[in-house]
Amino acid sequence: MIPGSFEYFAPTSLNEALDLLKTHGDDAKVLAGGHSLIPTMKLRLAEPAVIIDITRIGDLRGVSEPDGKLVIGALTTHYELESSALVQQKVPILSQTAAAIGDVQVRNKGTIGGSLVHADPAADWPATILALDADLKVAGPDGERVIKATDFFQELYTTALEPEEILTEIHVSIPAANTKGVYLKQYQAASGFALTGVAVLLTRSGDTCQKVAVGVNGVADVAYRATGVESELAGKTLSAENIAAAAEKAADGVDAMEDIHASPAYRANLAKVYAQRAIAQLAS
Amino acid sequence: MANQVIHTAINGQEHTHEVEPRMLLVHYIRDVVGLTGTHVGCETSLCGACTIMVDGQAVKSCTMLAVQADGAEIMTIEGLAQNGELHPIQEGFWECHGLQCGFCTPGMIIAAHQLLQRNPNPSEDEIRHGLDGNLCRCTGYQHIVDAVQYAAEKMQGSRERKEV
Repeated sequence: MIPGSFEYFAPTSLNEALDLLKTHGDDAKVLAGGHSLIPTMKLRLAEPAVIIDITRIGDLRGVSEPDGKLVIGALTTHYELESSALVQQKVPILSQTAAAIGDVQVRNKGTIGGSLVHADPAADWPATILALDADLKVAGPDGERVIKATDFFQELYTTALEPEEILTEIHVSIPAANTKGVYLKQYQAASGFALTGVAVLLTRSGDTCQKVAVGVNGVADVAYRATGVESELAGKTLSAENIAAAAEKAADGVDAMEDIHASPAYRANLAKVYAQRAIAQLAS
Repeated sequence: MANQVIHTAINGQEHTHEVEPRMLLVHYIRDVVGLTGTHVGCETSLCGACTIMVDGQAVKSCTMLAVQADGAEIMTIEGLAQNGELHPIQEGFWECHGLQCGFCTPGMIIAAHQLLQRNPNPSEDEIRHGLDGNLCRCTGYQHIVDAVQYAAEKMQGSRERKEV
């Protein structure tokens, strides 16, 4: 399993990378950690003529904390997010989600930005990024723009990123002290991908749910916010009955996927089960 | 397509070669450099037999291009023993029967090396979690876990090597 031939560029600045992307257009693919792209190329499912390796652009890696939010460079690896003391302290659901991805070797090399733009329906980041209402900063030939997480994931392997754009940063507001988050998933036994993954951010005031945000991946061909759960539980007491009733809506209006691993009904049920478990864990 | 010149330091020795951009790092290490201790297993990023250290990080070298390693410091299984002395992890695999056919062993040992760097005194669960990316079809993993525990104790100075 060897990829098809391609021309390789390793730009050291974002502008250089954007110029290359503009020049080569659809013939080019951007390479970050490579843990989705290289396997796809080895299977010849993708045969790009040009590879633009952006990992030598140093400014796109690392986590900082300006003005009450975390700014995560798109090239930050899953392991860096898993092990960062800053991330663990300020937005622990990010470290927890990173730790749920693949295995050690995959987390050492794979990047959050690469995973988000690949938009694999069974990836782990989309649920958490959706639940956190993150902003995705992208750069293109006409400058920079910000895409809201809820507008980013569009279809199977398709995002709002334009062909000549590169995702540069993920901006996450640091949740208030009364907001807690958790990401729970059902691992596909062989691959470790998410058969279903549910990320919940719960804001409470005493026993009352002020606000809940629920992101779900693995169920449909595109990750989504379970808005039915959110509106059902908001303002209510966090009783077992109320949580269960809200979690029942975790797959409402969703066209669940079917493949050799799970039927649509099973996936939809997993969404409800994991939504219930995640909210109950945060409420206890 | 234009070949690229890459410079690497593998087990402390510098190498410069011209490679095709599509050459996988594992093939570069085995076929160009000639270090065949790193194995090609599943070729689909699952089995971990091709695990090596690149700039201090355990990676699956079947899922990396050789050109991505330009400028990198690499350690393969051949770089672990020093002056003819087995590394404590290698010794653990020897003492605890951590292998049968040996195919997964180089990758398993490198993954264990990364684990013990990050967590010098892991619990059994942490060992199993840390070796999650490496498959062994012979041992049932128990002896591998024993081997890593042996190495952890030895590296912390609480175990002397048994005479064999």
